[in-house]
Amino acid sequence: MRLTLRIWRQAGSNVAGQLVDYSADQVSPDMSFLEMLDVVNEGLIKKGQDAIAFDSDCREGICGMCGLVVNGIPHGPDRGTTVCQLHMRRFKDGDTITIEPWRAKAFPVVKDLVVDRSAFDRIVAAGGYVSINCGGAPDGNAIPIPKDVAELSMDAAACIGCGACVAACKNASAHLFVSAKISHLGLLPQGEVEAARRVVRMVQQADAEGFGSCSNEGECEAVCPKEIPISNIARMTREYLRAVLRI
Amino acid sequence: MTLDGKIPSGPIAEKWDRHKFEMKLVNPANKRKYTLIVVGTGLAGASAAASLGELGYNVLNFCIQDSPRRAHSIAAQGGINAAKNYQNDGDSIYRLFYDTVKGGDYRSRESNVYRLAQLSVDIIDQCVAQGVPFAREYGGLLDNRSFGGAQVSRTFYARGQTGQQLLLGAYQSLMRQVHAKTVKLYARREMLDLVVVDGRARGIIVRNLTTGALERYVGDAVILATGGYGTVYYLSTNAVNSNVTAAYRAYKRGALFANPCFTQIHPTCIPVTGDHQSKLTLMSESLRNDGRVWVPKQKGDARPADQIPEHDRDYYLERKYPSFGNLVPRDVASRNAKQVCDDGRGVGESHLSVYLDFTDAIQRLGVDVVKEKYGNLFHMYKKITDEDAYKVPMRIYPAIHYTMGGLWVDYNLMSNIPGLHVLGEANFSDHGANRLGASALMQGLADGYFVIPYTIGHYLASTPLPKVTTDHDAFKEASDGAQTGINRLLAVKGTRTIREIHRELGRVMWDDVGMSRSDASLRRALEAIPKLRDEFWHNVSVPGTPDNLNQSLEYAGRVADYLEFAELLALDALHRRESCGGHFRDESQTPDGEALRDDANFMYVAAWEFKGAGKQPELHKEPLQFEEVHPTQRSYK
Repeated sequence: MRLTLRIWRQAGSNVAGQLVDYSADQVSPDMSFLEMLDVVNEGLIKKGQDAIAFDSDCREGICGMCGLVVNGIPHGPDRGTTVCQLHMRRFKDGDTITIEPWRAKAFPVVKDLVVDRSAFDRIVAAGGYVSINCGGAPDGNAIPIPKDVAELSMDAAACIGCGACVAACKNASAHLFVSAKISHLGLLPQGEVEAARRVVRMVQQADAEGFGSCSNEGECEAVCPKEIPISNIARMTREYLRAVLRI
Repeated sequence: MTLDGKIPSGPIAEKWDRHKFEMKLVNPANKRKYTLIVVGTGLAGASAAASLGELGYNVLNFCIQDSPRRAHSIAAQGGINAAKNYQNDGDSIYRLFYDTVKGGDYRSRESNVYRLAQLSVDIIDQCVAQGVPFAREYGGLLDNRSFGGAQVSRTFYARGQTGQQLLLGAYQSLMRQVHAKTVKLYARREMLDLVVVDGRARGIIVRNLTTGALERYVGDAVILATGGYGTVYYLSTNAVNSNVTAAYRAYKRGALFANPCFTQIHPTCIPVTGDHQSKLTLMSESLRNDGRVWVPKQKGDARPADQIPEHDRDYYLERKYPSFGNLVPRDVASRNAKQVCDDGRGVGESHLSVYLDFTDAIQRLGVDVVKEKYGNLFHMYKKITDEDAYKVPMRIYPAIHYTMGGLWVDYNLMSNIPGLHVLGEANFSDHGANRLGASALMQGLADGYFVIPYTIGHYLASTPLPKVTTDHDAFKEASDGAQTGINRLLAVKGTRTIREIHRELGRVMWDDVGMSRSDASLRRALEAIPKLRDEFWHNVSVPGTPDNLNQSLEYAGRVADYLEFAELLALDALHRRESCGGHFRDESQTPDGEALRDDANFMYVAAWEFKGAGKQPELHKEPLQFEEVHPTQRSYK
């Protein structure tokens, strides 16, 4: 396959960036999208040019490190798929593909396609945990948890923190990310104890980071590589209202 | 140098309790006066940093990724072992200990393994309390599955994402401490050197990967939890940024590297498709609980799987190992896959794969149950291969997955450099020559949550630690050395890409130091590696500048270290003229083709000491004693 790539190049966070055209020849349909970029980079290095910077690590869809906007869609056209698991067989010979970084005020570009997502860490630090120290935990079977509740919690816990939800949202809202953590912990008896405190702190931190509000478009759910449903946002909103009204 | 493992005296079941009592404590009010450097945020690093922060120490925690939650522990799928005996099927701490020592082919330290089995029980409780959503039965209690190398059901899991959920538990605990300001987090930092002052580990030099600046950090002890070195094979199931650099640079500062040749091949990975391949994807070996491994009986049988009748199929694991069947340990399963492929009976386009068939499981359990258990794995397989494993059998092939070798540590997880502690996959201690499934998560968390919080206190309380600042000459020397290394990489300005050379190194390692090794293949590798290293330093091209985010420069540094480390690995493999666990020497096998140990000559830990660039490292031996589990020829028939 032969492709034309329009890739966002930006030397650093304080300088302007632009889309630059590259041609990619000899693309195999068995390549992953990132392997295709590896091959493009090999060509650039051979020509003595700076490689295109992009983040990735596990390359099996679980670490959440990779994230590219492919033809306007975070993680590309396949549902429930990170861009590292997207394969070139999804594209046609002669296609032009536009590749951009996540775009959100709270995710400043570091270089080219690499963004700073430390805002997510700070949201978790604000309250995304169960406040227990190591040691002295009761037996794992001390509190039975209904299977369906554990499954529902796991559905939300599957979030990989990639930030695609923010990149897809016209408000750059982090609601899907935050609500996934609220559901994961709040549904379990271990996390229920401090659910009210958690939701208030996490929502406030998300606001402080500059993420927007939710206007129920559902774009986040559509691009989420773990297909986390927006029903979590409803649960979060309910918990938040309950918490602030109680306070 | 004599290697003292500092194994506590007394009966094995009492060693850890007795040792905990005998170790010195740091007064609660004094803990905040100590600064501890933790490198890595995987299961071992994050759990250590969080627990030490909870105790009140002042912790500095570093990772190369943009967030601590990305560490490669996150990719572990299958589960975590614990001797809970919730299934009433005869499990016990002693049995988990026994299985792990036996599975490790009698090349691990009994005392460490026993402690690991003891702590396994506490890990599950801790993780449940953190809100890890483990799989549950309808009655609300924790579910278990069985795993390779064991005849009891002791593996706890969270769908096929157990590593992710355990890591998120540790990460959340870590972020809680960041919020409490006991832990300071340094993401996108790569450790380039260990700073040793007056013989003690007192700091590190890191490169800030965003700005390119070299930064110095001083502490009272250094804890490395930087994972394994599987990517020395280029293709492995490790993350593409996983590397040996931190551990290797500690080795160059004097820390002994133990058993580097003990590498593990995982039997259930998705086969390679071409040169562009950047990594191999593992599918949890829990798949072997319900999937049946087979190849055609006839060489070159080109019929599609569904047209090969039962009597033309060879379920070779079930045939050769009737009692363990598809659940034999990883090394046995991997070598058998290689044998049938070498025999010309491999399947798929490359003939380098075997079938893993779920047809029977789907008939027995129904598609919904199979989907619930393995849905995400089937989904992942479909994404990569474009094949639907509910309809056609999966194709699998072995790949490098885990490295049992690592920096040498004593019972306290301290290396031979006082103050330098090593946790998780980065150390060598618990898995011997072969790790059993669902044991890596167990070890990482045991080390971080339950071992280091005790042993580090003992070190700090019993060691005079005069104040040191980053102006000390040792910091300057280490920082200058790191800078020189960077300048050297950028100055080569050759024509080969880093990836090309790394790929070549991987080929040498896989072909000659891979699943089976011989005197001839290892000597071949030991000739090829220095040539490649030479090629690298004369002809590599590292684009860009050092003063900003430069992923090529990061990669070049890691590959440069691998080009030295690979030689150490091959040398260790050459010296160990026996087969054991994952280390299979063609010259040393039973008539059945199983690994044949040589206990009379090799029942020791091989710990290598760096003696300078271009010089042969020196071998030190820590003899292993087996007082509880009597070494026998492993048999899974």
